Amino acid sequence: MSCQYHQHLLLPLLLSLLTAGVSSVEVQRPRGVSLSNRQFYEEGKPFTCLDNSATIPFDRVNDDYCDCKDGSDEPGTAACPNGSFYCTNAGFRSSFIPSSRINDGICDCCDTTDEYNSGAACQNTCRELGRKEMESLEKMAEIAKEGYRLKQLLIQEAKRGLEEKKKKLQDIQVTKKDLEDKVEALRTVKETAEQPEKEAKERHLKAWEDQKALIRMEKDMARMAEVFLELDDDGDGFVSVAELLSHSELNPDSDDSFTEAEAQVLLGGVDKVDTVTFEAVWNNIKEKYISEVTTVKTFSRLQEPFSDNDSEQLLQDNCKLYVRESFFTVFDINLEKEISFDFGPNSEFAYLYSQCYELTTSEYIYRLCPFNRVSQKPKYGGSETNLGTWGKWAGPEDNIYSVMKYEHGTGCWQGPNRSTTVKLTCGKETVVTSTSEPSRCEYLMEFISPAICQEPSSLESYFHEHQEL
Amino acid sequence: MAPVVVLWLAMCLGGTWAVDKGNFKTCDQSAFCKRQRALKPGESPYRALLETMELTNTRLTLQLINDNNKVRLLLELYRLQGNITRVKINELKPLKPRYEVPDVLIREPPTEPLSLLSQDENGVVLSLGAESQRVIVSARPFRLDIMEGREVLMSLNSRGLLAFEHLRMRKDTFSYKVTSTVASVWDYIKRVFTSQADPEAEKKEEADPANQAEAENVDEEKVEDGMWEETFKSHTDSKPNGPSAVSLDFSLPGVEHVYGIPEHADTLRLKTTDNGDPYRLYNLDVFQYELYNPMALYGAVPVMLAHNTQRTTGIFWLNAAETWVDISSNTAGKTVFGKMLDYVQGSSETPQTDVRWISESGIIDVFIMLGPKPKDVFSQYASLTGTQSFPPLTSLGYHQCRWNYNDQEDVKSVDAGFDEHDIPYDFIWLDIEHTDGKRYFTWDTHKFATPKEMLQGLMDKKRKMVAIVDPHIKVDSNYKIHNEIRSRGFYIKNKDGGDYEGWCWPGSAGYPDFTRIDMRDWWASMFAYDQYEGSMENLYTWNDMNEPSVFNGPEVTMHKDAMHGAWEHRDLHNTYGFYVQMATAEGLIKRSGGVERPFVLTRAFFAGSQRYGAVWTGDNAAEWDHLKISIPMCLSLGLVGISFCGADVGGFFKSPSTELLVRWYQTGAYQPFFRAHAHLDTPRREPWLFGPENTALIREAVRQRYTLLPYWYQQFYQAHRTGQPVMRPLWVEYPQDPATFTLDDEFLIGKDLLVHPVTEEGARGVTAYLPGKDEVWFDVHTFQRHNGAQNLYIPVTMSSIPVFQRGGSIIPRKLRVRRSSTCMEHDPYTLFVALNSQRKAEGELYIDDGHTFNYEKEEFIHRRLSFANNILSSLNLAPDAKFTTQSWIERIVILGASKPSKITLKAADGQESQVEFEFDASMSVLTLRKPGMNSGADWTVTLQ
Repeated sequence: MSCQYHQHLLLPLLLSLLTAGVSSVEVQRPRGVSLSNRQFYEEGKPFTCLDNSATIPFDRVNDDYCDCKDGSDEPGTAACPNGSFYCTNAGFRSSFIPSSRINDGICDCCDTTDEYNSGAACQNTCRELGRKEMESLEKMAEIAKEGYRLKQLLIQEAKRGLEEKKKKLQDIQVTKKDLEDKVEALRTVKETAEQPEKEAKERHLKAWEDQKALIRMEKDMARMAEVFLELDDDGDGFVSVAELLSHSELNPDSDDSFTEAEAQVLLGGVDKVDTVTFEAVWNNIKEKYISEVTTVKTFSRLQEPFSDNDSEQLLQDNCKLYVRESFFTVFDINLEKEISFDFGPNSEFAYLYSQCYELTTSEYIYRLCPFNRVSQKPKYGGSETNLGTWGKWAGPEDNIYSVMKYEHGTGCWQGPNRSTTVKLTCGKETVVTSTSEPSRCEYLMEFISPAICQEPSSLESYFHEHQEL
Repeated sequence: MAPVVVLWLAMCLGGTWAVDKGNFKTCDQSAFCKRQRALKPGESPYRALLETMELTNTRLTLQLINDNNKVRLLLELYRLQGNITRVKINELKPLKPRYEVPDVLIREPPTEPLSLLSQDENGVVLSLGAESQRVIVSARPFRLDIMEGREVLMSLNSRGLLAFEHLRMRKDTFSYKVTSTVASVWDYIKRVFTSQADPEAEKKEEADPANQAEAENVDEEKVEDGMWEETFKSHTDSKPNGPSAVSLDFSLPGVEHVYGIPEHADTLRLKTTDNGDPYRLYNLDVFQYELYNPMALYGAVPVMLAHNTQRTTGIFWLNAAETWVDISSNTAGKTVFGKMLDYVQGSSETPQTDVRWISESGIIDVFIMLGPKPKDVFSQYASLTGTQSFPPLTSLGYHQCRWNYNDQEDVKSVDAGFDEHDIPYDFIWLDIEHTDGKRYFTWDTHKFATPKEMLQGLMDKKRKMVAIVDPHIKVDSNYKIHNEIRSRGFYIKNKDGGDYEGWCWPGSAGYPDFTRIDMRDWWASMFAYDQYEGSMENLYTWNDMNEPSVFNGPEVTMHKDAMHGAWEHRDLHNTYGFYVQMATAEGLIKRSGGVERPFVLTRAFFAGSQRYGAVWTGDNAAEWDHLKISIPMCLSLGLVGISFCGADVGGFFKSPSTELLVRWYQTGAYQPFFRAHAHLDTPRREPWLFGPENTALIREAVRQRYTLLPYWYQQFYQAHRTGQPVMRPLWVEYPQDPATFTLDDEFLIGKDLLVHPVTEEGARGVTAYLPGKDEVWFDVHTFQRHNGAQNLYIPVTMSSIPVFQRGGSIIPRKLRVRRSSTCMEHDPYTLFVALNSQRKAEGELYIDDGHTFNYEKEEFIHRRLSFANNILSSLNLAPDAKFTTQSWIERIVILGASKPSKITLKAADGQESQVEFEFDASMSVLTLRKPGMNSGADWTVTLQ
């Protein structure tokens, strides 16, 4: 019924659709029977139910009494609870409706054929619907075409990016190895220095005081490292003005809003700082900074009191190195993680990584950072709520990349942890088009991206399959 | 949900899953209950003063005196039409009037003559009419015994627990002291300086020297804690009127089974309360209520039924104040063996149940309904408080509810979901979030910007909507409803005379005084289409939180010292919800110019609430036990007149397992009010969200409901006409079969369908009791025939809903299930004729327009269908009634039939024709194919 059209181009087909209502000849068959089933209903000959459950005289077809278990003897009446009625819908798409909708006073078929005896005043809307459908299909085809073109660019970009990143990872791993060696060497030096440490008791005490200060410093460094990672929302290795702005407590003058200019001042006048420059920034903000997570990991390497200046110096060096090392470890992990993400069959979704997309509704600002997290922030002040962190691709088997799932967000009172389902549809732009909360704490986001666009030809065949003239 | 609400819930309702019992009083924490319960039986201080007896044609009056304090009471005794005795006791001269519950009785009950049979110094005997019934008034101590022949049916004050706390001046206050010391001086001054002193009062006082003398002899009554003030948790109840409780005991000889006094989450058969709290009747918003206990819930109907194999009687305690009911029994605790031993030894005392009612204020006004059959008690009670309102047919369909359907788009997509999955439904519901900031009668301007468009969309599919309208009104000077109520002075007042304000969903809220008729009229006018913006004729109403719920009030309700005009909230608390629903139903009637029947669901209720709509069992939980308890809870409501009852399908709190959800749909499909509902915090659970297999199971359950709508509608018509319950305990139809007396895991719909839903997790089978040793029952799915008076084991699968049709009945169904009941209006009927062992069957067919009051103008079809001697005929039960229908008879299925050689249809005009048929010998089922006569016509079908 549909295969023969597969080779056709979209537009001619749609045009033929438009004229179909005029040109096609109504084929005689019992009411509600589809063209393809016409052969089973032969005028004047006994009718055998399509499930072969019974054979009845032909005058019992559509006689408003259900004789077949499968409802096939009453395609044109509501007599069978399980029957279906075929709407030809010339000018639009034909369809089957449950036979319970025949003559129920509600217009279901656009060609009005389901309401032949109910008094319902139905208008034939098939042409109008056909026209709209054609327009929308054309538009979709146009979008799909352009989207698919953009997708190819994304794929190329992703390939390049992936190679670069692999290389970078390699470099980092080399640097890291180097650093680890240095730390090891320093540790050896320190341990050697600790050997002659059999001094007087008061020196021990003083050393203990020093050590406490050192531990504090070390903790501070560690916290700095963590804060850096916390602030670096997109994980690009830089803390930017925008990322700093999410922490309104850092506002230097508490009177008004935290402006970009103020944030920039905090960053030492630049737009973003890396790990090294961040050390300076940290001293400016550490008093005010409120952590996003409450637990602070500590380095508890040091157990025994140190006793001399040498080891103090060593310790400081050691500490800094240690912190740098941990930064590298994190980049290393981030990169590894990034490389290991499933960015689609051709990495077409890779461009979404470290990006965020916002949608402002009447009450909230929603933020989708693909492969990272979804959040919600009240428009007029209030704290941000985590609506879920990246979980998995969760589309149906044949289209797994059509749905993203973000899970384990902030818990709800007496309810589940918040989670978000992101539905992707093909479009030229990358944009969040809507959010909703269909069920408590389960959010739904509609997201448009070229990366999900399919080759336009598949759309065409989709359309064909829904045709029966 | 906004975080604010979460916070509210957390603050007001506590964070645990079980009920916080500490929020609600025990008898011990309720001062009057504690006082009253401390009284010992057998020490009644009351004596009847026979010399004060006055007997007129319609009533007897008599004074009672409390020998301890010499306070006199006035007893009034009436014989009411229909075998009802009314006993009223009030103070002879109360300090101020005591509250008598208005508006609950549908009229002043018509009386019948009482006559004096005999009298001596110990008492009098009165005749209660023709049936050798007598009432004996004993003088010392006072008691009443109602007898039939030699049998005592019921005794009042036989245990001497009549107690009537008379109104008094407060003695421990300055004002009392001033009053008592200056009283005489004041009297003197009055006489000297005022020529307009109340001559009536003086005359009265002078005319009753005995009273004065007695008053001086009164024992100083002990002032107990809680008499003049009571504190519970942080709430203080100022009790300006002091103690005012009333109490009376009833003995029921020969009775071991008592039922009723809803609402409690307990078994159908009431338990004895000796070892715990009495059953409490005090309308409360109980968060996450617990099962199988006597705690108060959302509604109260102070009606108890007593039953044994010989007789059914009822007690209607007309009092709207907080009430506690104690039940004890001399056989309670005895084992079956113990009882048998008693029987064998012949030493047994008669079993007896003793009941005691205690109310905080008001008077004693009790209606003793003497049966003798269950159906007599139902019609006796209906003659007092009215019958179930006749609901629009569509409201018997399936209702889809959730807190909340978020916006118009959501409503549209859920509506479309039903079409997509081919599941019928009639109503979609909107909870509080649809409003503009919990301002009822308004719509959220973003989420429900164009409500009429939404309603029109539903109307196009012949479906309807219910939107919530709660009685708490946001205090907000920009809110029209609030401003009007405030400016008209319609709010309930606090004890200091200002508008009472409590905390509820909108924050600070006022509570309109629905006990005022002018308030109710105004409220009703707010439902007019031009007042309630965005409303249309397919929008109906749900009254929730009308206990009333006050989040920051004592026991989450209103302070008892709040004022309704001259009356304290204490006096009438239990009727608040009754009035809210009354006013709302009136509004829906008025908006259509009196044409359309209303549909209003209420959570709080009282005796008489049946007249205004439907009731549901409140905020239950998604647990198997909650599914089970839905049966006794609705059965108990049905026994006291409220037939239109249902429980939230799926359970409100928590999330049901798929199995529980399916079983709940299967159960709910066979309960009168069929609505799924869910808490805001729960995941979505529309019927198609659990995989195609479960969607199909739910679809099938809902479809079964729709095929039976003609039968349900007919049952409601009967309930409306006669007061008989729709959903019935088995004992109501089999009153002489003790095996039915405690059954509450199965029930009857009308008298012809028996339902034993599967309510056990993982069930492989259920055991249903099929009553009646002469009955046969047909499985409605397989048509298999079973004998009565047996426990039948039925293996079940997930699709099983064990339902049986009684042999001897004819049930009309519409097998063409469509997307809503309205779409099925003109569809043909299939008659299911189930033959009894005499090969007879009877049934009815009732048809009207399904939604107007025109049935009151005889616009309906009512036919008797009967099968006897192989002839099935349709007879007009209402020859004067006029209505026409397009519906015809498409099929007749005769269960338990034998194979005929031919079948002849004789139409009204005498025309005869042959009817084709099929016969299934294995199940003895005869199916007549398309006889085709109009449902309103006379016809006979003869099997030969």
